[in-house]
Amino acid sequence: MALEPSVAKSDSRASGSVLSLKPASSIEVPENTILTTINSVVNWCRKYSLWPMPFATACCGIELMAVGASRHDIARFGAEVMRFSPRQCDLMIVAGRVTMKMMPVLQRIWLQMPEPKWCISMGACASTGGVFDTYAVVQGVDRFIPIDVYIPGCPPRPEQILRALMDMQDKIQKGGAIQGTALPELMTNEARRVQIESSPSPALARERGDEDRYGYRIPGGPGQVGDRESH
Amino acid sequence: MNTTSATTTDEHQATLKTLAQTLGEGVFTQSRFRDNLRLHVPASRLIDLLRALRDQCGFKLLSEVGGTDYLGYPGRTGARFEVHYVLRNLETSEYLIIKTGVDDPDPTLPSVVPLWSGADWMEREVFDMYGIRFEGHPDLRRILMPPEFASFPLRKDYPLRGRGERHNFPRLLRGES
Ligand code: SF4
Repeated sequence: MALEPSVAKSDSRASGSVLSLKPASSIEVPENTILTTINSVVNWCRKYSLWPMPFATACCGIELMAVGASRHDIARFGAEVMRFSPRQCDLMIVAGRVTMKMMPVLQRIWLQMPEPKWCISMGACASTGGVFDTYAVVQGVDRFIPIDVYIPGCPPRPEQILRALMDMQDKIQKGGAIQGTALPELMTNEARRVQIESSPSPALARERGDEDRYGYRIPGGPGQVGDRESH
Repeated sequence: MNTTSATTTDEHQATLKTLAQTLGEGVFTQSRFRDNLRLHVPASRLIDLLRALRDQCGFKLLSEVGGTDYLGYPGRTGARFEVHYVLRNLETSEYLIIKTGVDDPDPTLPSVVPLWSGADWMEREVFDMYGIRFEGHPDLRRILMPPEFASFPLRKDYPLRGRGERHNFPRLLRGES
């Protein structure tokens, strides 16, 4: 609806707000009335009642507990109701390393959460694999599930987690619709990222099997691992 | 091999004597490192030795089973893999390490689960990491890695960063989930 803001004439108003909105048609908007959209009201409700699902697999989980406790008190941001059932949650917080044995579990829990849902990747390990660049540890959960906010740190300070929660709230307020299933601009970003990653580019090298740099070196010998098979 | 420092109060003397009486000479060789006594035994006599230690010498506790891959190890002449059993006598606090070599292809050892049922998960772990099979084990499955994992990650010819196993998951996108 096209609205035409206009300053009300001072003589017709004895008190009340200075600015009143006059629609192009002749509908009168009463005083002390806010015009908005259903979507932004819904988003406003959603962002102050996030129910986190703590997927805490390692040391970052301890810091997440500190955020929930009285000193840092995540309840000030309306996200204190940690639930251990994915059916009751809409914000997944991946806190800690995820191994390749755990990844199917994580994906399943993510799929079990009802829409709308968001995900925070907390700490160096969840975001990139951290120092655990071994055969078993997934190098960043964003390879396999969508992530909205990343938190750097090992472990991140509780303040950083609160900050990430506030960023998450901003993001929820900006995107999403009551009838949609996902946040539109995030889907656009994601499609773009998939497109970038699938096109060959020197800037985004695929992970190489560079055992020579990171792999096991036979003591006293050259890096000769991976070219000999024993089974 | 025997670098014994001939201490006058050797806590293993009684054990070695009993073993010599039970099994005869020449079943195992010894080596020492600091206060550890290691007995090296061929795989064919492994169960005899362990049974004698458990029944005659009082080693009631098997505290560890582990493996080693000596591929490319400087100066190594023996078998490629080695499995060690750490035994403990709970009455005298004596402890003893039994080592046995096993070689490619298809390294196989007899299971010690019939002797110590606690060996169950430890042998599964050695199997999981090195691919050494334990014959007679009641349930030899992988214990740490997922069942569909195909390699044995602690073998020295397995690259530290794997062969891409950790990347073979479906990718969940926001539109689909
Ligand atoms: S980022 Fe650091 S604190 Fe967090 S799980 Fe990894 S190692 Fe632990």
